[in-house]
Parts: sequence; structure tokens; C-alpha cells
Amino acid sequence: MNTNSKNNDLRSNIRELLNSENKKSSQDSSPPKTVTVLSCLLSVQDNFHYIPDEAIEEIADFMDKTINDVWGVASFYTNFRFSPPGSYSLDICWGPTCHISGAQEILRGIHKKLGIDSETETEDGKISLGYSTCLGACAQAPVYAVNHELIGNASVEKIMDTIKELK
Amino acid sequence: MSEIFNQLVSKIESQQSDEDILIRVGYGASGQASGSKKIFDWLKKNLKSNTDIRMVGALGLSYLEPIVDIKIKDKPRVLFSNVDIEKIQKITDEYIHNQNVLKEYAFAQISEDGEKIFNNIPELDNFSPFKYQKRIATRNFGEIDPESFEQYILTGGYKSLDKALNSLTPEDVLEEVKNSGLRGRGGAAFSTGIKWSFLAGNNSPIKYVLCNCEEGDPGAFNDKGILENDPHTLLEGLILAGYATKSSHGHIFIRQGHTIPIENARKAVKDAYENGLLGKNILGSDFNFEVEVSLTGDSYVAGEETALMEAIEGKRSMPRFRPPFPAQAGLWGKPSNINNVKTLSYVPWIIENGANEFKKIGTEKSSGTAIICLSGHINNRGMYEIPFGITLGDLLQNVGGGSSTGKQIKLLQTGGPLGGVLGKEAFDVVMDFDEMAKAGAILGSGGIIVGDQNVDVVDLIRNLVAFNQFESCGKCFPCRLGNTHMLDILDRACNEKSIKGDLDVVKKIGENMKVGSLCGHGQLGYNPISSALKFFDQEFIDKMTTHTIRDEKSKIPEMILPTRTRP
Repeated sequence: MNTNSKNNDLRSNIRELLNSENKKSSQDSSPPKTVTVLSCLLSVQDNFHYIPDEAIEEIADFMDKTINDVWGVASFYTNFRFSPPGSYSLDICWGPTCHISGAQEILRGIHKKLGIDSETETEDGKISLGYSTCLGACAQAPVYAVNHELIGNASVEKIMDTIKELK
Repeated sequence: MSEIFNQLVSKIESQQSDEDILIRVGYGASGQASGSKKIFDWLKKNLKSNTDIRMVGALGLSYLEPIVDIKIKDKPRVLFSNVDIEKIQKITDEYIHNQNVLKEYAFAQISEDGEKIFNNIPELDNFSPFKYQKRIATRNFGEIDPESFEQYILTGGYKSLDKALNSLTPEDVLEEVKNSGLRGRGGAAFSTGIKWSFLAGNNSPIKYVLCNCEEGDPGAFNDKGILENDPHTLLEGLILAGYATKSSHGHIFIRQGHTIPIENARKAVKDAYENGLLGKNILGSDFNFEVEVSLTGDSYVAGEETALMEAIEGKRSMPRFRPPFPAQAGLWGKPSNINNVKTLSYVPWIIENGANEFKKIGTEKSSGTAIICLSGHINNRGMYEIPFGITLGDLLQNVGGGSSTGKQIKLLQTGGPLGGVLGKEAFDVVMDFDEMAKAGAILGSGGIIVGDQNVDVVDLIRNLVAFNQFESCGKCFPCRLGNTHMLDILDRACNEKSIKGDLDVVKKIGENMKVGSLCGHGQLGYNPISSALKFFDQEFIDKMTTHTIRDEKSKIPEMILPTRTRP
């Protein structure tokens, strides 16, 4: 019963979000807005930080598509995640500039410190580790981002210091 | 100047109030990564009310960031580098409160209205590497607040659009761009004017001009850079493209997660609507144009033109078969044209100054400038707008300031992960689209990653192939499987497990990908390896064919890569 009502809350939140996103502006003097399966998925991920199963169903219903259609799109883009993330996100870049600046050593060091060995959450659920193909601040390589805030000149120690400040 | 535009400019001019002190703090991805937000927050908190503190874009001198630019009335602008909290405290105490300029922290100054300059601080225009630039698309970098429509207008913004709508026909604008020799800065380097003419020749009432800021290329940050610094220049270019091709709609296409570019683009579009520069009857003319900011999820292939349309339509961003070409049937089945952010950002300048002025810059076949992103083992890391025609060696020495590690520079990785690797033998190649292609690399979108003697070429190539494999959309098998196999083989090479014949297999796979793939991702996927073989074949041969057992230490550990794949 309890999970059911929780689910219903989640569903109605998602529906509300989709409805508000779809509100087309009536004025002439404002930008147009195209609503698609992808734009719905992006706003769900933005608001809930992951794509719950319920969202796939709600978006299918809202866009008049099949669940299959929506899954097809959601599973294609690698930024979508399908389980709730940790409290903080830690993204470490493995792009070529960071690579020649020691990114692999940093990744190995961070794996050891956090006790994980892939893109996943730490045991306490605090941190979601991700590998990024390029964070766009190559001049400050190696680069990492905590909660999407970029930080340059990375080292294992610097990253751990940033994490400690969060806790 | 049209009456409407004139009124708009005068209104903005009359609203300007001058504070005694104007402080500009450089932002953008690189500024953020070096901690400039902290400096900005500190200034906001600690300085008094007669100070105007602005977050502006970055000058491109990333290696000097955070940069703080202080303008005190009747004094030149003074630029301070690598500022931290301790330094900014000293700078404000000494310079703002006591008029002592602290030369040891200042790296350059700008005298805009004939203010008397300080001794022993170079002027920015003479400051190396800044002085090698010809700033066209990046002319407002570090000058204006990217979120301020008013500041863009005050630097002469939207003058070209007003000029075009008032005194030029769409055909005139198209001709001007064609004559300028402007070529696409996204990688393919096709003539922008000719590309536009395909769309202009189609009479459909609904036509799209799409601006590509997907920018997933590792090592390139200039598209994002333009949106971080000066989104209105791009928007003005996009509207001019719409006018020249008689289009009805524009899209600015950005990857979700590029937060600052997205926010800036949205604000710019909103302000343009509110000031009558978008929508119906722009500046009183009969030209109507709508612009929307569209977002995509993470997918490198979404930067391919037809895949980009799939993404805007909300589908998996996989390339389409051609024909039909975008100019016949593109987005939503309507005629469409796609340009890169940089390409469009040159257009306002070309319309203002004329095609001939643009042609005077650069080389015969590559006119204008390239916006280069320098990163890796080089001193002056950053973003520079450099006229075509400079040799790569001069680019590294003069603009780049040489190696940052004390070891010799060994290689350049250019044109993103589908580009190539160039060795020392190529350093006398001239920066030019065609010359660089001949040398086996491409200029692509302008990212240049510099590697010193310690860089293991095979390991670096493995990293590029790993990226290409991870980002393959999976639509056609030469790319999907080819990249996977090439990565396996390179992995073996890095772990001393090569099998006899591996190198030949890589070559065969690469050639097959070239002819058998639908889009550039597969067709160019062999580029990193083929170009590296040209300059560093011995390293590949050593690793892949001679099975000498090296000591444990020289082994390269297993590469850590994402495990998510596209099902």
C-alpha cells in the first residue's frame, strides 16, 4: 500500500512536469518550443536525476508512443541513468588531453580510495562516480567535476579533499 | 540605419551609467575549472557600491586563469593573472584603495581611451601569445558580459543584421558570404556560401537553419567558448543565415550538460525576441524568423548533420541515408541547412566589413582565421583565433610558448578523435584546411592536443579508438564492430599480448570502415591509426610484432573505460 501511494506520487509529479513543459507560449514574441520524447526524458532526468520506470510509461502515454519507443531513445543517450544517483556526482574525464596528463592513474587512485571499480555508487550511497569523455576545460587538464562544477589540475589528493568538504 | 534600430541603440545608450570602478572576472568552463567563481563571489561580498563587478567570458588565455581585469576611472584596464583569494585581497587593498598597481601580479594592460599607461606592464595587444591573434568571431571575448544584450548592442552588435535587412537582398548576403571564401569550421570545411545556396534554391515555405553546438570532440572547446563568451554574435550570424537562405526557423543545438552555453543561448534568444530581433517583421522588415534552443543527450554522433535532425525530432541520433540531402528533406522532412557555431559567428563581421576584407586574412584556399584550442604539454594552453597560414611549428613556439614539461614536443593530435596524429616531420606544414589534410591529419574543429616525448603513441591512439568505439551509434556494423576489434587489438598491443598479424588486421578493418560506413564516424575512424602509422610506425611494430618481453614496469595497465553501451 505504502509503495503504491509513493508510486502514485511519483507518477503525478512526472505528469505535472510533462504538462508544464508542454505549455506552449501563447505570445508571439517568445521562442517556440518543440516537445519530443527526448526533450521529455531530458527534463525528467533534470528534475529527478534519473529516469524512473514510471517516467518511461508516463512519457509514452503523454507523447502517444509505445513504451518501446521511449526506451529506445532513453537507452541510446549515455547521460540517462535508470536508478537513483548518490547524493553527489563525481565525474572524472578520460579524454585524450586528460589521458596524457595522468587521468588513468587518477581513476585508479580514486577507485582504490572509494572502494569501487567502475561507474557506480559508493557503498554509503554518497557518491556516484562517472567517467566523462570530455568536460570541456582541456586547458586545465586533468579535469573533474563535482555536482557538475568543474575543477582543474586534478590529483587523487585534490579530488579526495573536495569530497571531504562535501561530507 | 533603420529608424527602429536607431531607437533601440539610443535607448540603450541613454540607460548606461558609469561606475568609478569596473571589474571583469573571466568565466566559462576553463575559468570555472580554475576557480574564478570564488574570486567573483569574494569581490561581490567585499567591495563597495561604486564598483561594477561583471562575470565576462574568458580572454582565451586559459593558462593565466583566473584573470581579473580592473578598470579604474582615468586609468587603463589592468589584467591580473592566476588570481587566488590571497592575491585578490592584496590587489584590492593596494590597487583599488591605494592606487599601487602591483606589477608583479599584472600581466597586461589595455588603454582604451588614451589613458596613460603604466610602465613595465605590456599592453595586451603586444602581449605574447595574445598578439598573434586576429579576433573576428572572438572579438568580444573577455570584453562583454555574455548575458547582456545591451553590452552586445553597445559594441556594434546587430548592426550587420540591420544593414542586411535594410539595404541588402538575401541574394546579396549569400553572395557576400560566398565571395568571402568562408568554409565550414565543423570539420568538413565545405564552402558556406555554396552550402547556403542549396537551401536558398528551395522554395518551401518552411525551411530550417540549424546551428550545431553538440561539440563532443575531446580537446575542442571553441563552440562552447563562443556561447560562453558571446552568444549574440552566433545568434546574429544565425539570423543572417536565415535571411540569406530565406528560411523560417532556426535551431541552436546543444548537448545537455553544457550548462553555461545553454543558459547563455536561451537568454540571448529571449532578449532578441523581446527587442524585436526575432519573431515577426524583424526590425520592421518583412522578414520573419523563429529560433529555438534544442537540447540533446550525450551522443557524439548527434553532431553528424542527419543524426542531429533525428535528435531534434526526439529520436535516437543515428545518421540517415542520403539522398535525400538535408537541403531537400531534412528536419521534419523540410529543407534544412546545418552550420557549426564558429562558421556562423564569422558572418556578422563579413557582412559589416565585406568579403574582400575577410579574404585578405589567411591563405588563398582557407580564408580568415582558425579558432585553435591548445591543450596538453604546452605552456600557453587556451583558445586563440589565429589567421590561417602560420606553420604548425610557429603555432607551437610563438602562440603555444613551447613545451610545458621541459621535454621535447613529440606529437600533435588534431581534429578530434576522428582526426589524426602528426609527428615532428609535419611541424613545417602550414595551417590550412587542405595542407593539413594532405599531411594526414585534419584541422577539424580546431582542437590541438600537444604531447611530449613521454607520450606513448600506441596508448594515446588506444584512447582515441576507445572513444570512437564508445560513441559509435551502432547503426552500421563496419563502425560498430570495426572500432571494437581495433580497440581489442590496441589493448593487446599495450599489454604485450599481440597476436601475429594484428597490425595487418587493423589495416584491413580500417580500410573496410572507410568504404563501408554510413557516416563520418565510421569513415574517419581509422584516421588516428593511419596517421600515427605514418609518423610512428616503429612504435606500433615494436609493440605489435616483436614480442620481446619487457620488464613489468613498462607495461601499460588495463585502461579504465565506461562500461555503458548502446543496446
